[in-house]
Amino acid sequence: MLNRKALSPLLKNDGVKSLCASLLSIFLGLFTGCIIIFIVCLADDEITLKSGLDAAKLILLGVFAKGRDAAGSLAFGLGGTNIGNLLFRATPIIMTGLSVTFAFKTGLFNIGASGQYLIGTAACLTVALSLPEALPSIIRWLLAFLCALAAGALWGSVPGFLKARFKINEVLSSIMTNWIAANLVTRIFENSSLRNTVQSGKIGYIMPTSMKGVATAKLGLDRIFSSSQINGGIIVAIIFAVIIYIVLFKTTFGFENRACGSNLHAAEYAGINSKRRTVLSMAIAGALSGGGAALYYLSGDTEFFWSTYQSLPAEGFNGIPVALLASNNPLGVIFTACFMSSLGVAGQQLKDLTAYNEYVADIIIAVIVYLSAFSAVIGQLIFAKRKREREAVK
Amino acid sequence: MSEYIIEMLGITKYFPGIIANDNITLQLKKGEIHALLGENGAGKSTLMSILFGLYKPEKGEIRKNGERVSIKNPNEATDLGIGMVHQHFKLVDVFTVLDNIILGSESTSFGFLKKAKARKRVKELSEKYGLSVDLDAKIEDITVGMQQRVEILKMLYRENEIFIFDEPTAVLTPEEIKKLMNTMKNLRAEGKSILFITHKLDEIMEVSDRVTVLRKGKYIGTVNTRDTDKDELCSMMVGRSVELKVKKDKANPGEAVLQVVGMSVRSRLHKDKLAVKNVSFKVHRGEILSLAGIDGNGQTELVGGITGLDRISEGRVFVFEEDITDLSIRRRNTDFLSHIPEDRHKHGLVLDFPLMDNIVLQRYFEPEFQKRGFIDKEKVRAYAERLIEKYDVRCAEGTQTVTRSMSGGNQQKAVIAREFDRGRPLIIAVQPTRGLDVGAIEYIHSQLVKKRDEGHAVLLVSLELDEVLNLSDRIIVIHEGSIAGEFDPESTSPEELGLYMAGTKKGGNADA
Repeated sequence: MLNRKALSPLLKNDGVKSLCASLLSIFLGLFTGCIIIFIVCLADDEITLKSGLDAAKLILLGVFAKGRDAAGSLAFGLGGTNIGNLLFRATPIIMTGLSVTFAFKTGLFNIGASGQYLIGTAACLTVALSLPEALPSIIRWLLAFLCALAAGALWGSVPGFLKARFKINEVLSSIMTNWIAANLVTRIFENSSLRNTVQSGKIGYIMPTSMKGVATAKLGLDRIFSSSQINGGIIVAIIFAVIIYIVLFKTTFGFENRACGSNLHAAEYAGINSKRRTVLSMAIAGALSGGGAALYYLSGDTEFFWSTYQSLPAEGFNGIPVALLASNNPLGVIFTACFMSSLGVAGQQLKDLTAYNEYVADIIIAVIVYLSAFSAVIGQLIFAKRKREREAVK
Repeated sequence: MSEYIIEMLGITKYFPGIIANDNITLQLKKGEIHALLGENGAGKSTLMSILFGLYKPEKGEIRKNGERVSIKNPNEATDLGIGMVHQHFKLVDVFTVLDNIILGSESTSFGFLKKAKARKRVKELSEKYGLSVDLDAKIEDITVGMQQRVEILKMLYRENEIFIFDEPTAVLTPEEIKKLMNTMKNLRAEGKSILFITHKLDEIMEVSDRVTVLRKGKYIGTVNTRDTDKDELCSMMVGRSVELKVKKDKANPGEAVLQVVGMSVRSRLHKDKLAVKNVSFKVHRGEILSLAGIDGNGQTELVGGITGLDRISEGRVFVFEEDITDLSIRRRNTDFLSHIPEDRHKHGLVLDFPLMDNIVLQRYFEPEFQKRGFIDKEKVRAYAERLIEKYDVRCAEGTQTVTRSMSGGNQQKAVIAREFDRGRPLIIAVQPTRGLDVGAIEYIHSQLVKKRDEGHAVLLVSLELDEVLNLSDRIIVIHEGSIAGEFDPESTSPEELGLYMAGTKKGGNADA
């Protein structure tokens, strides 16, 4: 895991408290995961106890797995590939995590990150693949990215507007816009020339943008993390996290948002236009989700399965636990997103190196999502106990 | 047989961070009215909650008729004949009075209610104790005073012997308070024992036999009412002698600052009804105008109309001849008015913000506190520190204290510091002393008078008649959204105001 201690000076007292709660829920999640591993091991005759132990090791240390050595036992070590892939997979969920965080700070629950992500996907792919190749690829990349931000913003502002104007709960309308997005995107690409007709058997996917020469710059990261998918997108996501942190905590703009999120009545009393805040905040949240999609699909070699009308992208929903685990701290989101994606990597290792399938990792993610919802409660428990102890000392 | 019906001996109760009750003794004689006096946070409610089985004390014991009892939950308290009229009544709004009285102790035959018999008994009780109620009216349709009588009848119906009244007069008009006092005396005459929780000294002097005083969780003493006076009780309660009457000179009103002309505002609860109906009045520079009335007669919406929190459906509001009716809340804040809101938790403060952020809640965007959209934390902190110092706001971690962790009195002081320091020409103070102890009330009153003397126009909205009579230079009474009359505090009485507040009299104008 990455060094979370670096965060503590920024988080102050309450921060430390929520950090402990988050760590505890992660620990409990991993612990539960290991229990599940052993239950599966006992229930399935084909899985030996040794295999079970290996699986547990992978759940905890999957990121450092280096395959099996000649003797057939697991080898661990600091390898670039896994960490590079981890960071690449973390990139979009940093953005959706920020999206959920930003809305949350304004008192809105953005469950619509998936839809915004899809609309962002459609926008960036369409722009990146349709612009004339005469334009420099960096310009096309940039335009595609900006269009994804704009499309996401537009999509996010719909529930925001409905809430501000008609007091319609944003959770309900976001669920609607999610499915509208899923069907709309499928419809857009259904007979589109952007489908991958070049390679055989890939008609279900949109062309990777590298076919048109658009790909996120690697910035030399591929040399550090060799043979992984990593690119400069992670840097962009981290920059966004820092910007969101500054906007929320250092500016009058963020002050107004946080006032609305913390006490809407007091914000109105103070003369803050809460309706404008609601629309703006959802638009920004939408832009972040849309941007997340762009950072993932503009990487060059990622393929978008366009017939998505029956499913919503997990990156959108994963933004919610990422934000919750980070206690809605934009900088914390960087680390919790990495943690979530490390579970994904571990799941892959589980599939590749043991008799288990990657769904065990999904179960663990689910357990952690549940526990992260309780992390506030867990934090209170820790805090209350410490307070009682102080009282007893007196 | 013991002289005392209920004894609470050496009760000690800890909460995280405080000792709510520290070795408290309370002895209730059979057939007496025993007042329990103390400021907010003195531990009265905790003590009563222990008696009612809601909390378990760390130390001490409870005796009934000299025998030790243990009360683990409210049902056991009820079994011992202890009944309580809570500050906020526990009645089912859509049920009738009779249904509410028998609820929980219905007599049935074969699963069917025997209402006729119950009705007869309730009628007898209400006649015996002079508690007039309409048995078939729904709770939501009857007055607060009648609701309270329903609560009392409920206890009588259950044949309780021990009655606890938790601040029963807070919601009543002077007329209703008088009736309640009589009821309490009737109950005493019938041999019931009464515990009367209050911080109003007049009521104690009138009705109680003995008084037990608590201060900051500690037992101060028990005195016979006839051997004491208000001043002694007050200094027992506060721990020092207190000016009960605000010192102020005669007002010297100048030009009109606030002018409300024919204002109507819709009710917040029922959008199709008007809460404020065609109200007009003025507040002048250098005067305190009080708006008196029973809670829920349109005061909230009237203030909302002036501050911009509620939309005015008709009429205009002027400050210094300037029409502010259509201005944003922000403009009204920056240019015209300071507003101490009715509910400091709902409107006045963002409780999870640090104190310094709350101090600049309406000012963070001013050039003084920001540069190109970035808040200048150092300047905000310096300003907050100055206000904390000046208004003596007590906070554990200075400007960084999370506002939620502060006491109610200090939260209110922070709001007052902020609003007074903004120093707009019109100051609207809505129940500025609600829930505060005597010391804080004294301070806030003197500050309001000071602002008046500095030439601000002060509109005071209060439910406490004492406060209204003490502070104001003019009084207007509001009843069901209309102004029922205007009065001079020198020449009116609580009784007279009460009649207008209750709507019994209308259109009076003592000044005219």
